Amino acid sequence: MNPDAHATREAAYTPYHPAWYRPHMSVFWWLHKGPYAWFVLREMTSVFVAYFAVLLILQLRALAEGPEAHARFLSRLASPGFVVLDTIALFFVVFHAVTWFNLAPTAMVVRLRGARVPDWAIAAANYAAWLVLSLAVAWLLTRG
Amino acid sequence: MSATITLEVARYRPEEEAEPSVQAYEVPYREDWVVLDALNHIKDTQDGSLSYRWSCRMGVCGSCGLTVNGSPKLTCATYLSDYAPKAIRVEPLEHFPVIRDLVVDIGDFLVKLKKVRPWIIREDERPLERGEYRQTPAELEAYRSFSQCINCLLCYSACPIAGLDPNFIGPAAIALAQRYNQDSRDEGAGARMEILSQPDGLWGCTFVGECTKVCPKHVDPAGAIQQYKVAAAVDAIKALLLPWGSK
Repeated sequence: MNPDAHATREAAYTPYHPAWYRPHMSVFWWLHKGPYAWFVLREMTSVFVAYFAVLLILQLRALAEGPEAHARFLSRLASPGFVVLDTIALFFVVFHAVTWFNLAPTAMVVRLRGARVPDWAIAAANYAAWLVLSLAVAWLLTRG
Repeated sequence: MSATITLEVARYRPEEEAEPSVQAYEVPYREDWVVLDALNHIKDTQDGSLSYRWSCRMGVCGSCGLTVNGSPKLTCATYLSDYAPKAIRVEPLEHFPVIRDLVVDIGDFLVKLKKVRPWIIREDERPLERGEYRQTPAELEAYRSFSQCINCLLCYSACPIAGLDPNFIGPAAIALAQRYNQDSRDEGAGARMEILSQPDGLWGCTFVGECTKVCPKHVDPAGAIQQYKVAAAVDAIKALLLPWGSK
């Protein structure tokens, strides 16, 4: 707030009370505080989650078209551009997953024998499920 | 040592200025002083025209909430020593219209609060001779933390959604709705859901989570809202899968 700001505009009145000052939020509000920037980053990483989902759908389509189409799809993914893009996307998808797992205890209230299951246990259960599923997928991929 | 500390206080005098300005005051620095003590010292000895709200000085009344160095705080529980020797910037709560100096208008919140019907709703009141509605400690525990809200509005000040969307019903109102939903004596969850499932209700929240961090009474409004969202989603799925269900 500029101390001389009052000189730039005349004070106005409504019929019933002196004018209230109504502050406006800047479009860059999310840069003003660390937690807000973190929140926006967390939300924006969902774009990369969507990107991976689309990629998976395209891969399934290539798979349905036959082994040749799938091989072509894979060779396209091996190009340097895609490798760089997918590495960046993977980083943000992991960021997205970790931040959401850490928030899960806030939304999930589980009661066991009358007592609320502590936050760390809820988060740990989410991470454990993630690990088990990842290992299962890794096993499927490396089996043959 | 007669140390002092500078308070940069936001002033807004609608008869004189169209926008707030900042006035610096030197106050004695004492380790056992909170920001509210410093404001009272200014009002008593330096500038009687400074306007701000306060009452209990013990974190119960919820009227002394201000923005201290950019963060919403109860000034009766915020020590000068947390900021000394640097100057402390004291401003009104964000996202509210400023009436004068540090005083904001909270009428909008009071309207929203009433909308969620924060009182016990019964389909049939029990006759008096049957005695009080009794609760077990576990039933009390289910809503106790949400009942600690003192309407200090720090959560509205911390919530960017409350600032961006004036119609958003807001953290404290939703937490208080949840306080009554979780109460074993209450039967109004359905009526409240009708209000809170509107676009400006629950789903306005994007889970920034700052409301919970600034809450001086550990109410956890962010938790209340997310748990409410889960309940709303479960209700919707139930209604879809079991249209013949009891509700």
